[in-house]
Amino acid sequence: MIFGLSIVFLLTAILTVAGAVAAALLKNLVHCALSLTVTFAGLALLYLQLDAQFAGFSQILVYIGAVAILVVFAILLTRGAGVPEYRGYSTSWFLGLIISAAVFALLGWAVVKSLPVSAAASEAPAITVQSIGAALMSSYVLPLEIVAVLLTVALIGAVIVAMPEPRTPKPGAEQGGGK
Amino acid sequence: MTPLAAFLIVAALVFAIGLAISLTRRNAILVLIGIELMLNAANLNLIAFWRFGPHTSGHGDGLTGMMFAIFSIAVAAAEAAVGLGLVIAYHRHSKTTDLDAMTRVKG
Repeated sequence: MIFGLSIVFLLTAILTVAGAVAAALLKNLVHCALSLTVTFAGLALLYLQLDAQFAGFSQILVYIGAVAILVVFAILLTRGAGVPEYRGYSTSWFLGLIISAAVFALLGWAVVKSLPVSAAASEAPAITVQSIGAALMSSYVLPLEIVAVLLTVALIGAVIVAMPEPRTPKPGAEQGGGK
Repeated sequence: MTPLAAFLIVAALVFAIGLAISLTRRNAILVLIGIELMLNAANLNLIAFWRFGPHTSGHGDGLTGMMFAIFSIAVAAAEAAVGLGLVIAYHRHSKTTDLDAMTRVKG
């Protein structure tokens, strides 16, 4: 126990934050995507410490299994492996850094000020995956269906947006100053 | 048990780092990564408040916060797919993902 925090929590928190910092600082985009995966895994471990097993495992499945792979594919499709960014940061990077530091200061101040220090945790909720499935099929069935429609529409839309366009230009369309 | 404030501080740190990534980096994919980090920080907040909140009072079955986080994860996945599809489509047109060079979106 250090500062009243367990070693496991401290290790997971350090892993999560270090992955995020590495994603912010590394030059190579593929390395950024891999450290992002470390952050996702750390967040899944934090969910498991909060007794949210289903959320933790769906975090692993959705983020590490799908989103990280998608990010890596997008990086490889747009740049090619091993090509580092020539100049990674925008010209107003200092302003952005100040803004995000101010946001963190505000959030941290609010958290420290507003909570009683010894907020006693209640009993670990007895929630099984079975009860989550039953709730999804009974009282949350409308949001579930809406999310299903949203995912279908978003994936079809993503494929249509990323699909190569037909090469033939429209008759009469001016070949405006592109190339 | 780890106090609630520790989880909230970690979530605030991840949120601030995500904001810094999307404000300072020049690659469009990295900006999307920053947005994903901010969404994840919000999810961590939701799960932490669900764990520390009352479970049996109210009309719910104690699952509301967890369900909120799970649906939020699903919506974030859809957002990532569409965003990366847009970046790939832009790269096909103008061969760049540099945000300073992405000045026009008209074909």
